[in-house]
Amino acid sequence: MNKILKIADKEFTSRLFTGTGKFSSSEVMKDALLASESELITVALKRVDVQNNEDDILRHLKHAHINLLPNTSGVRTAKEAVFAAELSREALGTNWVKLEIHPDPRYLLPDPIETLKAAEALVKLGFVVMPYIHADPVLCKRLEDVGVQCVMPLGAPIGSNKGLKTQDFLEIIIEQSNVPVIVDAGIGAPSHAAYAMELGADAVLVNTAIAVSKNPVAMAKAFKMAVEAGRMAFEAKLAPIKNKAEASSPLTSFLN
Amino acid sequence: MANFIELFDTYNWDNTLKSIFSKTEVEVENALAKEKLDLEDFEALISPAAKPFLERMAQKSSRLTKKRFGNTIQMYAPMYLSNECQNICTYCGFSMTNKIPRRTLTDVEILKEVAFLKGKGYDHILLVTGEANRTVGVSYIKNAIKIIRSQFSNITIEVQPLDQEEYELLIENGLYAVLVYQETYHREEYKKHHPKGKKSNFNYRLDTPDRLGKAGVHKIGLGALFGLEDWRADSFFTALHLKYLQKTYWKTKYSISFPRLRPHSGGLEPKVEMTDSDLVQLICAFRLLDEDIELSMSTRENEIFRNNIVQLGATSISAESKTNPGGYTVEPQSLEQFEISDERSTEEVVKMLKGQGLEVVWKDWEHFEEIQK
Repeated sequence: MNKILKIADKEFTSRLFTGTGKFSSSEVMKDALLASESELITVALKRVDVQNNEDDILRHLKHAHINLLPNTSGVRTAKEAVFAAELSREALGTNWVKLEIHPDPRYLLPDPIETLKAAEALVKLGFVVMPYIHADPVLCKRLEDVGVQCVMPLGAPIGSNKGLKTQDFLEIIIEQSNVPVIVDAGIGAPSHAAYAMELGADAVLVNTAIAVSKNPVAMAKAFKMAVEAGRMAFEAKLAPIKNKAEASSPLTSFLN
Repeated sequence: MANFIELFDTYNWDNTLKSIFSKTEVEVENALAKEKLDLEDFEALISPAAKPFLERMAQKSSRLTKKRFGNTIQMYAPMYLSNECQNICTYCGFSMTNKIPRRTLTDVEILKEVAFLKGKGYDHILLVTGEANRTVGVSYIKNAIKIIRSQFSNITIEVQPLDQEEYELLIENGLYAVLVYQETYHREEYKKHHPKGKKSNFNYRLDTPDRLGKAGVHKIGLGALFGLEDWRADSFFTALHLKYLQKTYWKTKYSISFPRLRPHSGGLEPKVEMTDSDLVQLICAFRLLDEDIELSMSTRENEIFRNNIVQLGATSISAESKTNPGGYTVEPQSLEQFEISDERSTEEVVKMLKGQGLEVVWKDWEHFEEIQK
């Protein structure tokens, strides 16, 4: 049994976080997300009608073990992000927010300056802030300083399925972080997810790779297993990688 | 470049066409193998040399579209507010010289049309007018946005080109996107088709996306009206325009539409034909050039074409559209701007999409910025 992950006041058995975009129907989405056993599922505020209790996406996510993580996708500034978070807290009754500020609509890359500003403001307003950011170790520390409860650096551009292109920086972030590190964006295969977990990431967030698969339910299960295996390996401590056999006549043998 | 006109003026129509027609199968193969395409590759993909590669282009286009947009299609509905117009456009049913009854919807009529579209499920709306600045000027458009904005998450307009400050005013009042098609990038042909009215100013129209970018609009829709001139050259210039805008106004999203000339009252026959196969080729070429561009398909195209194009690269479509002001409920019998080809109801189109394993997206926007009260 892997260690429990704690973010703010919530405990998670599953270290696989998921999203709701790009599925072929709400039924397929629900089946896949249940199969993933994910306990934290992000949903774009712009895609749902928060005033409507019967909203098609929200309706399919009403399960005891599922926590909603509203995200601010679509906002371009800190000010808009704060507005979005407040709207979501009021309508959905959660103070958790995945802070996404990407003024660039093509690659959806996060704006570090606006994100830091918004994170600081939102923490003061009592939100549990989960910021989507570049794999920038300094930015992670700055965000930690203003009180975010975790950081969500990207592995590769969102939706690209390219895997951990930012590995060197992710490793520094994991080494330095005092808050959970969740690798978000770019994870395209269960092996990428397992690898992120082996590196010591506390969780991963996967959406496109599950939603766009030919069989989203099977793919969700595959990710669940990969995340568990990767975490288990991390906790069990991986054997170090060795390029060569060690010399049979060590240089320090004269000391004996 | 300070604006697109400067860049555009360094190109020449005939040379562009020659360059496209000189592309070889090898160049097409190379373009197909690349991950990041440039405009030379785009030329190859829209060239006659690419015809034997159409299936491969379609396969790749479909795959890229799914990766970026998933298994979804965005729905929108056009709503014509007025057919008053002081322009002469040789191809348009609303052209000033056409003797048709003119109508501009009142607030009450607008809300009646809105109620109909809301009943169908629409949440993204496209407001369309002719160009009649005294009756359908900026204040009319602003008023229309204000009275409907509580009912739609996403409001787009397709109206006469405006000044930057005018766009800023509309954005402050809840405008999301603007569609402005150049019709044709061929200066002389453009003059022929727009002999009178404000629209006859080619440069003012060409500069419109720059003004929109400066005004900070969320999305700009580009396109050419196919049939006026060679579709390949017009598409190249649309792509050139797109690439320039993406670099210059990087916070703005872009969409491309593919209107082909349709019959209308006082009609014009296309000068250059564009076949279904050409249109598929073009749509795929745009997708290969740009993974994330929104490609929009209206009811100008017929049922069979639309049923298939939603798997090939299109990401947003309309259904059951009326192209006359009041066409949904207020005055269904009035003359349309053009005849639509796909007359199915919204429900039928939705059923077709779901049957193909596509999730129908009604809402994909929320106004998080401050809007004028």
